[in-house]
Amino acid sequence: MTRFLRLSLILTGLIMLFPSQGMAETPFPIIHEPEGKECVEDEDDMRRNHMNYIRHQRDKTMREGIRAESEGSYSLSKCIDCHVEANDKGVTPTHNDKEHFCVACHEYAAVQIDCFQCHADRPQKNIKRSSSDQALKDQLQEMLAAKDMGDVQ
Amino acid sequence: MSDQINDSRRQFLSKAAIAGSVTIAPGVFLHQTAQAKPDEKAVTSATRWGMLIDTDKCSKGCTDCVDACNQEHALTGFDRPETDAQYIRKVSLVEKQTGHEISLPLMCQHCEKPPCVDVCPTGASMKREDGIVLVDKHICIGCRYCMMACPYKARSFVHETIENQTLSAPRGKGTVESCTMCTHRVDKDGIPACVEACTDENHNAMTFGDLNDPESTISKELKKHGGKQIRADLQLNTGVRYQGL
Repeated sequence: MTRFLRLSLILTGLIMLFPSQGMAETPFPIIHEPEGKECVEDEDDMRRNHMNYIRHQRDKTMREGIRAESEGSYSLSKCIDCHVEANDKGVTPTHNDKEHFCVACHEYAAVQIDCFQCHADRPQKNIKRSSSDQALKDQLQEMLAAKDMGDVQ
Repeated sequence: MSDQINDSRRQFLSKAAIAGSVTIAPGVFLHQTAQAKPDEKAVTSATRWGMLIDTDKCSKGCTDCVDACNQEHALTGFDRPETDAQYIRKVSLVEKQTGHEISLPLMCQHCEKPPCVDVCPTGASMKREDGIVLVDKHICIGCRYCMMACPYKARSFVHETIENQTLSAPRGKGTVESCTMCTHRVDKDGIPACVEACTDENHNAMTFGDLNDPESTISKELKKHGGKQIRADLQLNTGVRYQGL
């Protein structure tokens, strides 16, 4: 028994001596914080509760049509507008990049988010979009023309 | 959702309200006409949004409404006409006897009793209090029952990963979607993108308005000249009506 205790003490001592070898930590993510702007809530609060703030509101917007930007209202797009910015190379990170504000933390915490399967992951001003999708336009004209040929009633 | 009121309960309540108002002040009804909705208030059944389409003014080759819709919701094609998302379809009807052809835009008809809502297993397919039928993509599981139930082929399923969505039209792979009557515009006192485009281009084939308000342009026009429902036999009481059919 004493032998076992002695052995474990030596081991513990070794681990304490070389912490980098014994307990390698995942490096904390680099989080892009916008300068000169204040968040809607305290940083600690936002880190803990951001998902609840947005989730609470989504049904009100979707089902009840309440789109007011009143006090105490939160908005995913506002988060994105501040926190997702173009990097030094002028490229705005998408939700497929680790550099993206949301993704950086969520990768670290190993929590999968589905928001960006539907919602825009970049500020609208950083999204290049053609005035209208030409492929879809052509397709529609083609379908209308097909009807002229008399194959659709 | 638990806070939604079902039809029979609503009917009971409205009857009770009428009975109540008669007792309090005979002959006097507190009739509420629709007016601009305050931003922070939920939509109510005092309003029922609807659309009237005059097929005589809708020309065959014109796709202005569809283009405006595609742009508004950032719909993109994947060169698969069978499955690409379409909120509005241009449909041509030919009368065999005379050869007379009618062209019309066909979108979600925003039924009062929507079959898509009946069949949805999760409650994602829903009707707002103001009559607009929507898909809550947060809880849509992509089963596509609603697509089968819809008599108008109004709904599309998103088969592809979507990027570059607009702010007002979040959409993504694995969910069903359809015409939203541009709720994001309507909630801010605007009109749907298709109606706007049709009017801007001077076709004036589409009218948008409140069917519950007897003073609205659409109600007056419907009272005067009528408007047909497509598949009226299904008794769905559609919010979109057609003239010239």
